[in-house]
Amino acid sequence: MSKELIRLRNIRMAFDDEVVLNDLNLYINDKEFLTLLGPSGCGKTTTLRIIGGFTTPVSGDVLFNGVRINDVPPYRRQINTVFQKYALFPHMNVFENVAFGLRMPKVEEQLDENGKVVSRRKVKISEAEIRTRVMEMLETVSLKGFETRKPDALSGGQQQRVAIARALVNRPKVLLLDEPLGALDLKLRKDMQLELKKIQQQVGITFIYVTHDQEEALTMSDTIVVMDKGCIQQIGTPEDIYNEPKNAFVADFIGESNIIDGVMVRDKLVKMYGREFPCLDGGFAENEPVDVVIRPEDIDIVPVDQGQLVGTVTSVTFKGMQYDIIVDFRGFKWLIQTTDHSPVGARIGVKIDPDGFHIMKKSQYSGMFGDYSSYSDEYDELSDAEALDDGEDEGAEEERREEGYAE
Amino acid sequence: MKKNGILSRLFLALVFLFLYAPILVLIVFSFNDSKSNAVWGGFTLDWYVQLLNNRTVLEALQTTLLVSVLATAIATVAGTAAAIGFSSMKRRPRNACLTVNSIPMTNADIITGVSMMLLFVFAGQALADFSGWLNTTAWAESANLWFDFGFDMGFLTLLIAHVTFDIPYVIVAVLPKLRQLDPNLAEAALDLGATRWTAFRKVVLPELMPGIVNGLLIAFTMSIDDFVISYFTAGSQVSTLSMYVYAQVRRRVSPEINALSTLMFVAVLLLLVVINLRQARQEQRRKRQALRT
Ligand SMILES: Nc1ncnc2c1ncn2[C@@H]1O[C@H](COP(=O)(O)OP(=O)(O)OP(=O)(O)O)[C@@H](O)[C@H]1O
Ligand SMILES: [Mg+2]
Repeated sequence: MSKELIRLRNIRMAFDDEVVLNDLNLYINDKEFLTLLGPSGCGKTTTLRIIGGFTTPVSGDVLFNGVRINDVPPYRRQINTVFQKYALFPHMNVFENVAFGLRMPKVEEQLDENGKVVSRRKVKISEAEIRTRVMEMLETVSLKGFETRKPDALSGGQQQRVAIARALVNRPKVLLLDEPLGALDLKLRKDMQLELKKIQQQVGITFIYVTHDQEEALTMSDTIVVMDKGCIQQIGTPEDIYNEPKNAFVADFIGESNIIDGVMVRDKLVKMYGREFPCLDGGFAENEPVDVVIRPEDIDIVPVDQGQLVGTVTSVTFKGMQYDIIVDFRGFKWLIQTTDHSPVGARIGVKIDPDGFHIMKKSQYSGMFGDYSSYSDEYDELSDAEALDDGEDEGAEEERREEGYAE
Repeated sequence: MKKNGILSRLFLALVFLFLYAPILVLIVFSFNDSKSNAVWGGFTLDWYVQLLNNRTVLEALQTTLLVSVLATAIATVAGTAAAIGFSSMKRRPRNACLTVNSIPMTNADIITGVSMMLLFVFAGQALADFSGWLNTTAWAESANLWFDFGFDMGFLTLLIAHVTFDIPYVIVAVLPKLRQLDPNLAEAALDLGATRWTAFRKVVLPELMPGIVNGLLIAFTMSIDDFVISYFTAGSQVSTLSMYVYAQVRRRVSPEINALSTLMFVAVLLLLVVINLRQARQEQRRKRQALRT
């Protein structure tokens, strides 16, 4: 589980002077499920293509099992890919699509003790073996009986499974998947997430998975690599990334976060809204300005007189499992997720346990995320019934200023 | 616009009458049992039979078919390769190439024909001069060699001319297929262990095939159909069917020529019908696929 298989070292990539990957460093372990997560255009596909051998980086090294493979063409890498739009061969049926890789002559290399190639031999897999392996693979992805269908006679989900079968049947060391579930509807997507995870554990190989869906990443991955603008923002387990985001970008991208300006008075004491709160983090300079992350589910609603802070509810959205409520604390709007219903306009107190705070150093992303002022606009159609009437809001504004926090 | 207005229908009928009346007359009189092109003397197939016994006609037919088949084959390969080259270029140079490519198609045949004739004459003369000079060198004399690279226009120049004017049509037919091609397809093949050549042969080529066949059919039609360019580039020894027709008609319009022209018209018509049907079917399939996804 912990043997290093692939390493990207100081990878730089640019298309006509536009820098797409900036000094990327990353290692990937054998049998790991690693996810590249980031917004559109951050360089996920490019990273995957460099590993697959379809793009050569401007500078830097790609290592496979410690050997530099920058110049090894894709057809000699033990890596297979499931493409973003599947790229099934339209004129071949399902069987021929899956058998394609097996029909390609493999070159078996004899190495001497220095690792130099002494001789090459072409090996062909027998037709009978091809048949058994393809049928086995189709069974794994539950597509038995579809052998003679052409790709355009399959649903999106079925095409996607053909693409997986076509890649896996070659028994690669690594499978690259570029947003393979992007085109599927929500229900099918959830099913396929579990299915994929199951297949990965079953075949026991490394999966490198690309997505811009944070929930998908959290569900499936052993390791998540959060990227933005061609740089890695954070690498860690899903728990690490969620609980200990490194900066405002990660905090905002992974789940919902309220991110508030604060000052670290000393270890385990943070000050915001002019008031001090006990927390668990430390290791900052005295009175260092910081970003304070508070997850919406870590905030308890309490009666006004017991609250650490007091604010006014400005919008309520029913989400099935919980209510998303937006609360105005002195002009800065927070998102709180709660099972209790509070009506719009109500004054509520909130209480946050020390482990509900996560303190981050200031970064280039500070101040860009974590304010829910525009929330009610974004979700207009969902919360229209509860949307706050503008006139009322202005009337209440003055009063609320005084109530930023309870004395 | 009213779809079935009586005026517009009449107009359409007139247009078709003007377009096809001459051909209709030609066809009718090819079955005429009389040497006259004005008086109907009853139905006969004699002219067709005579045609089949006319050695000059059969030779011209052979030349036409041979030059068309060869030119089409060469132009299809060259045009497909060129189209693939174009599509992998950056936008600016590609557009420049496409413009250059479309000029020969819109250019008047007579200009293409005359300019090619001039080129061939010039090249033939230059090569003849060059071999003359070679023969005067001490080296050729001592080795007892005699060179003659000079050439006259004939089948080869005819073929070159046909290949040249066929290529742009193939390119234009293949390019849309390349544009529709998913760039990941070739990569998927590479990914699965295919070399570049195998990926092209097994995955890209089958996808381009409909476009390539369209181009092939159009090129063949153009070659069969061509008179002007052939006339200027075939020299005096070789002649195609259309050149034969022209030569005969200059003397006298015989019903035999009517028969020959009818056959050529039908052949080209059939080819055009096939091309149009194929293109309509491909368009339909593409629409259906677009609807699915
Ligand atoms: N072939 C190319 N030529 C020029 N620019 C490119 C090329 N491929 C990618 N880019 C640019 O590189 C950047 C990163 O692209 P990439 O495809 O890696 O993003 P991504 O993270 O996969 O995004 P998405 O989630 O939308 O698929 C983008 O700004 C894109 O415009
Ligand atoms: Mg992408």
